[in-house]
Amino acid sequence: MYTQALNNAPETGERQVEDAARMESFQARIDAEERIEPNDWMPAAYRKTLTRQISQHAHSEIVGMLPEGNWITRAPSLRRKAALLAKVQDECGHGLYLYAAAETLGTSREELVDQLLTGKAKYSSIFNYPTLTWADMGAIGWLVDGAAIMNQIPLCRCSYGPYSRAMIRVCKEESFHQRQGYENMVTLSKGNEAQKEMAQDALNRWWWPCLMMFGPPDAASQHSDQSTRWKIKRFSNDELRQKFVDATVPQAQYLGLTLPDPDLKFNEETGHWEYGVIDWEEFKQVIAGNGPCNRDRLAARNKAHAEGAWVREAALAFAEKRRARKAAA
Amino acid sequence: MAKTLRVNETPLVLYCLRRADDALILGHRLSEWCGHAPMMEEDMALANMALDLIGQARSLYTYAGQVEGEGHTEDDFAYWRDERGYRNALLVEQENDDFARTIMRQFLYASFADLYWQAMVKSKDETLAAVAAKSEKEMAYHVRHTAEWVIRLGDGTDESHERIAKALEYCWPFTGELFEADESEKGLVAEGIAADLSSLRDQWRTNVKAVLDEATLTMPQDGWMQKGGRSGRHSEYLGHLLTELQHVQHTVPGAVW
Repeated sequence: MYTQALNNAPETGERQVEDAARMESFQARIDAEERIEPNDWMPAAYRKTLTRQISQHAHSEIVGMLPEGNWITRAPSLRRKAALLAKVQDECGHGLYLYAAAETLGTSREELVDQLLTGKAKYSSIFNYPTLTWADMGAIGWLVDGAAIMNQIPLCRCSYGPYSRAMIRVCKEESFHQRQGYENMVTLSKGNEAQKEMAQDALNRWWWPCLMMFGPPDAASQHSDQSTRWKIKRFSNDELRQKFVDATVPQAQYLGLTLPDPDLKFNEETGHWEYGVIDWEEFKQVIAGNGPCNRDRLAARNKAHAEGAWVREAALAFAEKRRARKAAA
Repeated sequence: MAKTLRVNETPLVLYCLRRADDALILGHRLSEWCGHAPMMEEDMALANMALDLIGQARSLYTYAGQVEGEGHTEDDFAYWRDERGYRNALLVEQENDDFARTIMRQFLYASFADLYWQAMVKSKDETLAAVAAKSEKEMAYHVRHTAEWVIRLGDGTDESHERIAKALEYCWPFTGELFEADESEKGLVAEGIAADLSSLRDQWRTNVKAVLDEATLTMPQDGWMQKGGRSGRHSEYLGHLLTELQHVQHTVPGAVW
């Protein structure tokens, strides 16, 4: 996991001061599908947009460890326990990897993490929902990771080299997570009544928030023209959402589960599944900090950070001592 | 206790369960950190060590089931024995407390387990020798990683020194049990299946002392040692851990997960 189109309006104000000729050759490189690398010249707004997007993505990975981490100690078999732990560990790895990619744009991890902890930075809305039963581990892998993959596959071709390369690796792991989650759902939906009920309940709760992961509808969303021109974004929110729905409906049918949308129907003409109205007010509220778990998630990250301060200080102090001893020797 | 699995604890079954329970309970404890560690690198490392241990536990439970011959699986052992049936040493079930306690507990255990699995590579039991070959490499890494932290914390700031010293003092009385063997185990030693635990203790002391010295910590005197875990007399902490670990299986019994 997990990038989300939360705020796509690039800062265009600084653009005017950039050298027009440089801008032109920069755009020419993008148009030629060349990758922009950290030491290359880039417009300030490009740097800013990417720093924000990559760090939001990194924050999402780190906060995303919490809802699934909630079930590691209660996984119902040792195989599931190991798989879930390894998955959450992967997410941490993605976070680290992405912070490193963001750092190539000139902002330190400490600064970026601080933005998360103080609530200045956003992360994917999906992690502000609670994980209430074991079936949520299946539903998250299947749907949340599935939605994330839809979002992230196009980012493998993002114009910024470090981000695109990070995405290639991350997507490989995400697709493994998605299959793992789906396999969990298959087991539950073939299980006893209690397990089937658990699986359906999880799907009911996660379906709509997953559709919101793609961000506001195109008609209402802020312009992402500049991101598109810069080949950071390749598909619109609605396009990606539709791809996700089309891919997921047959998977739900195979499980024998019902998607919680009475308006869902297949349009023979377009070849797409049409879905009902998304509750954008809920989305707005979750983004604004009023989701069921926003405060808990931030509190958990802040607690870990605060309680770890003495450890980080000790590591620094020790490194300093060792340096001084070496110098004196 | 009605739900507890009745295990036919022949010496080899009991032997496997003791090792498996050590690994599972310690792995479970480490997994409690996931998402809450002092830094992301440690989230990764603690999860790694937890995965190693859970992997060891799975191999050993599976083998215990084969040796017992009652059709019990790894999950039967993990999810259907209560705290009186668990055979792990008391050290591994102690709570995480702060990072210093977690690191010290892991360092003391890994320093033992590294030597233990090295010795077990020569076991006449082929399965245990194979588990040993894999586990020995994993535990060597656990020793390296946690020893570095013991040194950093011991020789870091005043606060970190105080915390790691306190953790050492807390964990020390649980270390004696790691080297204890009862009659059932001594028979396996004579057969060349099990390593002689008491023979590992001097080397363990030497290795631990070298790290504590570098960390500017004082090696505690061996006073009264707590024991009982190997025969199912645990601290109060284990019951809570198992309640959590076994929750879903007990809520929806008889299901395939």
